[in-house]
Amino acid sequence: MIEATDVSVHIGAKRIVTGADFQAAPGEFVSIVGPNGSGKTTFLRALSGDLGYEGEIAIGGRDMKRMKPWQLASIRAVLPQAATLAFPFTVREVVKLGLTAGRSGVLPGEDERLPERALAKVDLEGFAGRLYQELSGGEQQRVQLARVLCQVWAPVLDGAPRYLILDEPVSSLDIKHQLVIMNIARDFARRGGGAIAILHDLNLAAMYSDRIYVMHRGRIAATGTPTDVLRDDLIARVFECDLRVNELPPSGVPYLLPQSVARTAG
Amino acid sequence: MTDQVMDAPSALRRPEGDRSGRARLAILLCAAMLVVIAIGSLGWGASDASALGVVLDMVTGGADSVPARDRIIVWDIRLPRVILGMLIGASLAVSGAVMQGLFRNPLADPGLVGVSAGAGLGAIGIIVLGAGVLAPVSAAFGIYALPFAAFLGGLATTLILYRVATRRGQTSVATMLLAGIALGALAGAASGLLVYVADDRQLRDLTFWNLGSLAGATWTKIAAAGPIIALSLVASPFLARGLNGLSLGETTAHHLGIPVQRLKNVAIVMVAAAVGASVAVSGGIGFVGIVVPHLLRLAIGPDHRYLLPASALLGACLLLVADAVSRTIVAPAELPIGIVTAAVGAPFFLWILLRRRGILDL
Ligand SMILES: Nc1ncnc2c1ncn2[C@@H]1O[C@H](COP(=O)(O)OP(=O)(O)OP(=O)(O)O)[C@@H](O)[C@H]1O
Ligand SMILES: [Mg+2]
Repeated sequence: MIEATDVSVHIGAKRIVTGADFQAAPGEFVSIVGPNGSGKTTFLRALSGDLGYEGEIAIGGRDMKRMKPWQLASIRAVLPQAATLAFPFTVREVVKLGLTAGRSGVLPGEDERLPERALAKVDLEGFAGRLYQELSGGEQQRVQLARVLCQVWAPVLDGAPRYLILDEPVSSLDIKHQLVIMNIARDFARRGGGAIAILHDLNLAAMYSDRIYVMHRGRIAATGTPTDVLRDDLIARVFECDLRVNELPPSGVPYLLPQSVARTAG
Repeated sequence: MTDQVMDAPSALRRPEGDRSGRARLAILLCAAMLVVIAIGSLGWGASDASALGVVLDMVTGGADSVPARDRIIVWDIRLPRVILGMLIGASLAVSGAVMQGLFRNPLADPGLVGVSAGAGLGAIGIIVLGAGVLAPVSAAFGIYALPFAAFLGGLATTLILYRVATRRGQTSVATMLLAGIALGALAGAASGLLVYVADDRQLRDLTFWNLGSLAGATWTKIAAAGPIIALSLVASPFLARGLNGLSLGETTAHHLGIPVQRLKNVAIVMVAAAVGASVAVSGGIGFVGIVVPHLLRLAIGPDHRYLLPASALLGACLLLVADAVSRTIVAPAELPIGIVTAAVGAPFFLWILLRRRGILDL
């Protein structure tokens, strides 16, 4: 369980996140949605141990402030919103950096094959020998995800669940690869790990999430199952636009259409 | 596929994109090359003394077949020079590679960004003021006073540079290079001031030192700088994994479990110590730190676990060759080695700039 209690984050003198309560349990896919600048990345960076914060964050029952970087690295892996690479590493070399913490959780000796398996998962077979800097934006994002997967390959290690923390994992991907990546994260959760993702696509969030947190102006404005949270009034207020929530008949998963489009269509 | 990555010998076939086999091979080649060059340098010089003869003489227990003069030339002139050359070359190349990893930038080089100038200021300070204001320092540190002062000068410059050029874990190339110019100029001005107040004997010391040369290599100098350089070289491989992670940025390095702040502190002290010790005994020898790692990255990729040892070996080779050139090109006189490395390194640096012009965010 990753649990944040009354967490506030300041950057400089500015308060970006205020009094956030948050829980991500093993087995769950939890998503965070909210408008640009609402504090999602900042909150996620606090959850990842990158930023100082007030309040409490516990991961696996331990106070995060007391944990060393390598201890954190063995229970959670983080996909940043934007990544840069300073030197011309190959794709395989970048993915292998995920093994830096050395706790992938596969059998000893199998680490050597892990980059290939991770690349296959994100649908990048045959890319291992390419230079990372020469890939397209979406391909680079999938390489980064493969690196993150290597770090916590086994969703549960020594009986303790591990977590994927993903900041907009599908923002620059085509529709097929959005689904590929979302499936990987959900599968990770189904196998006993935890997945936390910031998403902008509310329909994807509705399809995949066990629980959604809505951030608005640095606060958690609402939380619950997709059906609880995706209500016309709440969404319209938080995102400041006219949206209509409908329900997909067979599954009951809510989906949204911008209201103006819905009007023209109807 | 990039052929640069694909054409490793089939005997070393590894998964595609894994350059470690090729990197290990390159390290072996560099080591072999260094042995050949070092032996060559020992045997070769203005006098016709034969290194082989001297060594055989030692091994067979000294049958007095070799003139004492030859023994002195090989043991007290050529050998210290070869050892010092290897130490300095390795030290400069490795500090270049570490600094580039730390600044996440292939253009960072101790010479270019003022660290050598800062170390030089420390050294000049001790040479000029060592008998006056700083007398207690030189008394306390003995032969280590010079490398220690240079270390402090280099450390101060590196710290200031890092503070100025790096913000929230991102280093700006332009700021780094410009701040380096400013710091170098400042250290140069202060050094100039010291030269102005130096007396005749100190001036002779300074001129000799300033040109960047291995000509004054003695066992004493090796005793003063050798341990510091050796320690830095031995420490550098422990930075390798951290620097690899750092190439994804400070935040990601932290996510990977790397204690980033400690890594940066160790890297900065290591660079300052290695550069300080090198500058203290041989003056400003430029461009080794940028040329060697750059060539190696083209050949074996940027993985610091291989890049650092390979840089040490190739840097040592390069400096021995440059020293041989500096001894021959205007024989019987001798050119300061700094001129040789600059003559080769500066055009090389321009070539790097040309290649990167499209992607350099100046
Ligand atoms: N380092 C910083 N210094 C100052 N302000 C910052 C910093 N980082 C973020 N902010 C501010 O904090 C607010 C929240 O930023 P954050 O990156 O958390 O938003 P976000 O919800 O992730 O937005 P997006 O959907 O655009 O990614 C923004 O107003 C931003 O300007
Ligand atoms: Mg964000």
